[in-house]
Amino acid sequence: MASFEENTSQYSLIQTVLEGNAGDMDEKEREAVDHIKGDKVTQPVISLSYNTASIVAGADETFNAIRDYLEERDIDARLNVIGSLGLITAEPLMDVQLPGKARVTFSNVFPEKVSDILDAVFNNIIPKEYVLGQHPTDLHEPWENIAYVNELPFFQTQKRLILKNCGRINPGSIDEYVVHGGYRSFLMAIRNYTPEEVCTLVEDSGLRGRGGEGYPTGKKWKTTLNAPAEKRFLICNAGESDPGAFMERMIMEGDPHSLVEAVAIASYAIGAQKAYIYLESEYEMACRRLQNAIDQARDYGLLGHDIFSSGFNLNIQLHQGAGAYVCGEETALIASIEGKRGMPRPKPPYPSHRGLHNQPTVVNNMETLLNVPVIVRYGAARYKQTGTDKSPGTKVFSVSGKIERSGLVEIPMGVSLREVVYKIGGGVPDNKGLKGLLLGGPAGGALTYDHLNTRIDYEELKQLGCTLGSGAVVVMDEHTCILDTVKYYMHLLEEESCGKCIPCREGTRRMHEILENITKRPEEENGSFTLHRFKGVINLERLAHVVQDTSLCGLGQRAANPVLSTISAFRQEYEEHIFERKCRAGVCQELSTFYIDVDQCTGCTICAQKCPTGAIVGSAKKPHFIVQERCIGCAICYESCKFGAIIRK
Amino acid sequence: MDRDKLKKILERYPFVERENLIPILQDIQYEQGYLTEEAVKEVGNYLELPASKIYSVATFYSKFQFQPRGKFHIKLCSGTSCHIKGAARLEKKVYNLLNIMDGETSRDGMFSLEIVTCMGGCSLGPVMALNNRYFTEVTEDKLEEIIEDYKENEE
Repeated sequence: MASFEENTSQYSLIQTVLEGNAGDMDEKEREAVDHIKGDKVTQPVISLSYNTASIVAGADETFNAIRDYLEERDIDARLNVIGSLGLITAEPLMDVQLPGKARVTFSNVFPEKVSDILDAVFNNIIPKEYVLGQHPTDLHEPWENIAYVNELPFFQTQKRLILKNCGRINPGSIDEYVVHGGYRSFLMAIRNYTPEEVCTLVEDSGLRGRGGEGYPTGKKWKTTLNAPAEKRFLICNAGESDPGAFMERMIMEGDPHSLVEAVAIASYAIGAQKAYIYLESEYEMACRRLQNAIDQARDYGLLGHDIFSSGFNLNIQLHQGAGAYVCGEETALIASIEGKRGMPRPKPPYPSHRGLHNQPTVVNNMETLLNVPVIVRYGAARYKQTGTDKSPGTKVFSVSGKIERSGLVEIPMGVSLREVVYKIGGGVPDNKGLKGLLLGGPAGGALTYDHLNTRIDYEELKQLGCTLGSGAVVVMDEHTCILDTVKYYMHLLEEESCGKCIPCREGTRRMHEILENITKRPEEENGSFTLHRFKGVINLERLAHVVQDTSLCGLGQRAANPVLSTISAFRQEYEEHIFERKCRAGVCQELSTFYIDVDQCTGCTICAQKCPTGAIVGSAKKPHFIVQERCIGCAICYESCKFGAIIRK
Repeated sequence: MDRDKLKKILERYPFVERENLIPILQDIQYEQGYLTEEAVKEVGNYLELPASKIYSVATFYSKFQFQPRGKFHIKLCSGTSCHIKGAARLEKKVYNLLNIMDGETSRDGMFSLEIVTCMGGCSLGPVMALNNRYFTEVTEDKLEEIIEDYKENEE
């Protein structure tokens, strides 16, 4: 697969483009630029979306099928790799561009479809059943009667400032990034502005940290820039270990150079000569592509010593995390980079004064930084036109769960959640009802159907006890049990708590225990079990508040969010579980009771054989019965019955 | 792990800095799949750190392993989306079938299990991977079939 991702570089040409000496280019060079940019196409170009999401969906096989197709028929076409357009439900995506014609995207291109699609396209026919849409263009002739990609419901509401290159360019090629306007903001910053001016620009733009609380980024930078020190550091936190969040990985896989550029500008602005990008080692492809981008940028003189004769030196290092959720917290992240256990420490002193190696350090979330090149390029005033007054700009979400179209979405701040779920996401599949949303992973919160008109904006969400957090939007339908989900989050937080402070270490464990007890089958109704259970229930809310108020770091402080927000949003369901021992979604297996429909049962004995506790009795060819006292609610009988004779209540 | 390989890894980090500890351990794990006692001691000598300090760091992070992986390494996604679609039951199923939990290797060295946060297949969940092959929309029955398949092919 190596040759597939390789790219030839056109060093001198790109240097000319970067230097901005477009006037000096001769005809041939100009043509080469058009060629890289895709404005001029002389041979068919087939681009396959190749990233983690598409590989899971089977992109490797699709790639082989395309290659075989071209080889067998001896077609001279260029095979290109691109990132993801964001619509992961439609992966693997394949783009085809014929000379003089607009680029067309096909969805769910599985190996068996490849020859069908390519046969038709090479005969100038677009097979409508496989097409997603065509890309709007002035330079090429559009296809007739084919929808435009940007007019599809999934893309229509989106405004792609950060994602503009994702799914469009080859992530392995610095040349493609540069001809699409890349690194221009960085060069503009180091040539035209002082670090102070860049900080002011970002401050004026009103950019706020996308990681959680929304602290003004420009202000943070200025504090660091003005702190007296020999060295300063920039750390980009690209390690999203939130379950349900995948947008940072997809951006790094689809457009790694944009992150390198953003980190470079931020480092210049705070006077750092060394920057770290922290990401999870689990993200192998993202690591590889990012390292490749850093190496390419260094080869082109965009990193290293005296960058483009500006006197600015910068070194970017990739730091792979070793699996610790708590490292999302900035002080823990710093400890981890220093080679220690990733445990947070009390603040102040803030990292802006004493961070990595006791030097002033800025820790920024990756998405925050990605906004910076846009701000430098277009200016603060124009940037502010997007979004709301207090929260300018866009926000990237990963939408998943029980939803028709899941994927990577970038929308202006202020758009309502309803639009995200129904318009962009296409609603809940199979005509099931929407129960609610989980926003921002374990640290975020839950919203019900009634909250759908909430606008995405720091203040509005805060009022509901939610944060933007990691940007994960998980949609739940009526078959999702809220207690099961909270239990899942609590289990994760319990495991990931670093254990340094007691409220978080013991509190998360206790909350998990209480939730377990609520969803457990009662062992004995009269003994201490019930007492224990109710003691927990009574204390759950108070415990959550204590953990929230007394924990050392953000992980603990927000660990109570899932409990508190779901209690306020789905109180009735809690009560059903507690008082009626009923799970309306049928997920909490231990709370369901099973009966055998005597009319349906054929006496095949399968259930009796499979039952682990011998709770099913009866003789062959006669209806069986379940002895409720012995049943543990494992549902094996329910699943193994071929006649639908077992009823769950 | 032979000493030459380890030496080569250490040579990549010419400066004796604690900052290099995690990257070195990651390189060792990448090469041989897990961390051995000898390797940890050797790294300690190199970075001038006691082995206890290194273990204290290595055990804190969930990605470091101290026993070899199985011939077939199962990765199960436990992302929220996969969870909602029933991934938790798959973990139990693996336990029932192979008697291994997260981070463990079966006694015969054939299978090992790792629970990962997200594999990026949220729309196709629950997702699992066996070595480098991906399986989507995995149910308990499908999981059993897959494992039986691999077992049979091995025999």
